[in-house]
Amino acid sequence: MERKYLAFFSIIGISVLFILRLFYLQVVDTSYRNSPLNNSAVAVKYDYPKRGYIYDRNGILLVANQPSYDIMIIPQDVRELDTLEFCDLLKISKEDLTKRYKRARTYSPRIPSVFLTQLSKENYAFLQEKMYKYKGFYIQKRLLRQYPVKSAPNVLGYLGEVNENDLKKNPYYQLGEIFGVNGIEKQYEELLRGVKGVKFIQKNRFNKEIGPYKEGKYDTVPIIGKDLTLTIDSKLQQYGEQLMANKRGGIVAIEPSTGEILSLVSMPTYDPNRMVGRKRSKNSVELFGDTINRPMFDRGLLAQYPPGSPFKIINALIGLQEEVITPDTHFYCYGGYKYGRAANNFMGCHCGVYGSPIKLDRGIYKSCNAYFANVYRRTIEKYGKASKGTDVWNKHVESFGLGNFLGTDLPTGKKGLVPDSKMYDKYYPGGGWRAPTIISNAIGQGEVLTTPIQLANMTAAIANRGHFYTPHILKKVDNKAIEIEAYTKPKHTTIAPQHFEPIVQGMFNVFEKGTAQGSRVKGITIGGKTGTAENFASFNGKRFQFKDHSVFVAFAPIENPKIAIAVFVENGYWGSRWAGPIATLMIEKYLNGETKRAWLEKRMLEGSLQSEYDEQLAVEIEARAAYAKEQQLLKEQQQLAQKGE
Amino acid sequence: MRKRENNIFAGIDWVLILLYLTLVFLGWVSIYAATVSPLDTQILDFSTLYGKHIQKIGFGFILAIIAISIDSKFYERFSGVIYILTIVALVGLFLFGANINGATSWYRIGSFTLQPSEFAKVGAALALANFLSEPNRDLSNLKSQLNAFAILLIPAILITLQPDAGSALIYASLVFVMYREGLPAYYIVIGISAIVLFVVTLALGLKITMLSVFGLIAVFFIYLIKNNHLSIKREWPKLIAFYLCVGLFIFSVDYIYNNVFEKRHQDRFNILLGKTADTQGIGYNTDQSMITIGSGGLTGKGFLEGDRTQGKFVPEQHTDYIFSTVGEEWGFLGTTAVILLFTAFILRILTLAERQKSSFSRIFGYATAIIFFFHFMINVGMVIGLLPTIGIPLPFFSYGGSSLWGFTLLVFIFIRLDADKTYEW
Repeated sequence: MERKYLAFFSIIGISVLFILRLFYLQVVDTSYRNSPLNNSAVAVKYDYPKRGYIYDRNGILLVANQPSYDIMIIPQDVRELDTLEFCDLLKISKEDLTKRYKRARTYSPRIPSVFLTQLSKENYAFLQEKMYKYKGFYIQKRLLRQYPVKSAPNVLGYLGEVNENDLKKNPYYQLGEIFGVNGIEKQYEELLRGVKGVKFIQKNRFNKEIGPYKEGKYDTVPIIGKDLTLTIDSKLQQYGEQLMANKRGGIVAIEPSTGEILSLVSMPTYDPNRMVGRKRSKNSVELFGDTINRPMFDRGLLAQYPPGSPFKIINALIGLQEEVITPDTHFYCYGGYKYGRAANNFMGCHCGVYGSPIKLDRGIYKSCNAYFANVYRRTIEKYGKASKGTDVWNKHVESFGLGNFLGTDLPTGKKGLVPDSKMYDKYYPGGGWRAPTIISNAIGQGEVLTTPIQLANMTAAIANRGHFYTPHILKKVDNKAIEIEAYTKPKHTTIAPQHFEPIVQGMFNVFEKGTAQGSRVKGITIGGKTGTAENFASFNGKRFQFKDHSVFVAFAPIENPKIAIAVFVENGYWGSRWAGPIATLMIEKYLNGETKRAWLEKRMLEGSLQSEYDEQLAVEIEARAAYAKEQQLLKEQQQLAQKGE
Repeated sequence: MRKRENNIFAGIDWVLILLYLTLVFLGWVSIYAATVSPLDTQILDFSTLYGKHIQKIGFGFILAIIAISIDSKFYERFSGVIYILTIVALVGLFLFGANINGATSWYRIGSFTLQPSEFAKVGAALALANFLSEPNRDLSNLKSQLNAFAILLIPAILITLQPDAGSALIYASLVFVMYREGLPAYYIVIGISAIVLFVVTLALGLKITMLSVFGLIAVFFIYLIKNNHLSIKREWPKLIAFYLCVGLFIFSVDYIYNNVFEKRHQDRFNILLGKTADTQGIGYNTDQSMITIGSGGLTGKGFLEGDRTQGKFVPEQHTDYIFSTVGEEWGFLGTTAVILLFTAFILRILTLAERQKSSFSRIFGYATAIIFFFHFMINVGMVIGLLPTIGIPLPFFSYGGSSLWGFTLLVFIFIRLDADKTYEW
């Protein structure tokens, strides 16, 4: 019978094949045997290059290095030791010691890993003398970050230790090495870190190092990290942080002609040095755990607010482009705008121009709700169906970089929201939504959401009369200007340049005769727009209204814009109360180097909105407590009902 | 039927037992080398893996003695019951199983884990042997074929769902047992061609494979037609159907690979086919294992002198990659010896199986040999970089109680059956 031979021959065939393969692997191919990694008498040592420094646009050093010392461990070399004394020396508990030892051992008994990080200099000197007693441990020098300027932690980011998860993602690192976790440090990690060098060292049979392995032919030289120059103006940044003291919110300033980000303030903030050194883990728990102030949350990039009145400018531009208005088209305001037949279909207005014709210019500087409601309604109704009009409007709005990621070189961001017809079809499944239904968008108060950086970029596009450059934060690498097409190619809005002049005129008049007269700066022509964004919050289905947010966008000088800025102050009542003065002080400081309005400056520096935040928090806590109580009652009733049955 | 002698060791095949003991011993030595650390002083330290493995071997011996003490008729008569018990154990995993490393393949009782799929092999081998050994069983008829396939498919599907596709693969290998018992050869031919086409499609891509395979078939047909083995006039529908089937197969392989396979599956094949050189991510294990084996050289670095083994460079070295320990510490001579030992072991079972007069014993022995052969082939093939990463144990070498006991049961049930062969008639 032939069939039984198949198995016999297969087995013999496979065995022969395996033996041949093994002969090749183990005898013929010698490459495996000659690799230095394969020799146990060779130690691997890494040579960490200097991490790149970070400067501001004027050459002020923002991030430097300081020496620090790590204790390294090779678990298999560890011999019996006096744990009590050792723990005492290192100032750790015995449990901690065992835990760290086990962790290192699981990683690899043979390969060195970091046992304890970041000893202080004094500690190092002391330990250095005692280390000979502890076999398997040694001290390695490592560089730590240092921040001469206590500012902009949200921009700079911080460093962290590589953990097991990161190792899987990027094999370049060893356990416990340092890498950028956030901000610039993360975004430009590869530029900043350089490339570590590897040294193979020959050991004799007593495990003593006796020199380089094979005259160092496998060694690699470290390549030092590159220094970065940011577009940030550190002085301006610090000034912004001071002005925002005791307030929450964000400031983003951009140079319109390049898209360079001049400052990116997020408040509350913290001293970047707190995320360095041995206090770091304690501080980090504190900072990340502060769910009330949220200092680790970058409000300039991540906070999405309704834009409020500055958004009216976009609606005006769209109205001009769609030719539903001209600068001379006028509307009337009788204390608001009536968009439906029912008594409550009324949008109030505080422009104070009762019954006399309002043209574009006055509409802007008086921020008339009725005027923009008319413009918006005409835009939406231009094509008959509201859905077509809404989508046309959506395209125009999005061309200003709203409603999507801007593509900046910052590792975080938010899309914001610009509604389109699809979204409203979902909101109103029966259809039947029309311009009056969505009229709140006219004044930036409806579904639209923007982040401060998007608002600043929008202002830059207006300052440039119709185009913008993608905002970015990297200016130079090793003192050589970067050339990245994404940052040098203008992005054009869908609005023709000629429509911008009347708008800019209106924005200029905001200071001359409008809502921001109190923030006028002598000698600088500024175009701006105040905003007051309603602040709703809902807890467990109940809606609460708190103090409105204060918003302001501006650019200056009008003829040749050097700075475009957006300021957002949470619970700041109205636009010209906080955001307006802060924005114009920033502009004044940036253009003139100093400010002359000492009284206003003092009011900003000293003003606090803490009581507002406390009030909001109290309401929130109460709402949550009430809800919990309600739930408890409901539960008890149910239990009673069950018992009754 | 003659009365069986009282001595359970009468008629026992001592050669097979000796081979078994040698493999188990070498297996333990390898596990010791792969898991010992410089701080360990005692061999019988049961907190260490090698210490635990001694306990497992001890329990294996008890199982072995029980297995050869039971009357051989028991296995034949209760094969169905044993099979159903193992299936119930597999189904029970979905309710009570513990998830370890992403697969729900274990029962956990305290610190003790049990993997029923290792015992299901025994059940499947018994059930298949029982089914195929029925008088008048004819594997050329479709109903018998389907029944036999069902016996293998049920545990295979349950195990795939755990998910543990590697272990499920072993059931496919039992088709060779069916072939031995009369399954038409075209099943094997189609199966192997499908595997070859599969690999070729992945290696060369859709278009080139289509063109070259169609070309080859055309040449073959022309050859047949020229020699008057084939008439294009009468049999053209068959030819076209054949082309369509092959084309559809290649196309669906490409489709499945690109659209159904997850990235991790794709990676395994890509690395093996040399399409991507990845020595850090998914290819890390195999790469490290090959370096480790290669570094052993002709004679190896010596017991406990393998610095890559001692330095724990190879992940999972005491389980799936245990063979690399042999390679590093004992060199080419050691690996060859282990391969020859396995070959002798499997061939011994096969020879004994062919000698059986009872077809139940023969088929069970054959199934046992095939199960060992596929474990050996797939595991060693993976460790030396000839096959993609498929996680199944190397019998007697890989650390783990369930697999050791499952294999032990297979061997000793067969030894019992073999010992009783003279009394069957």
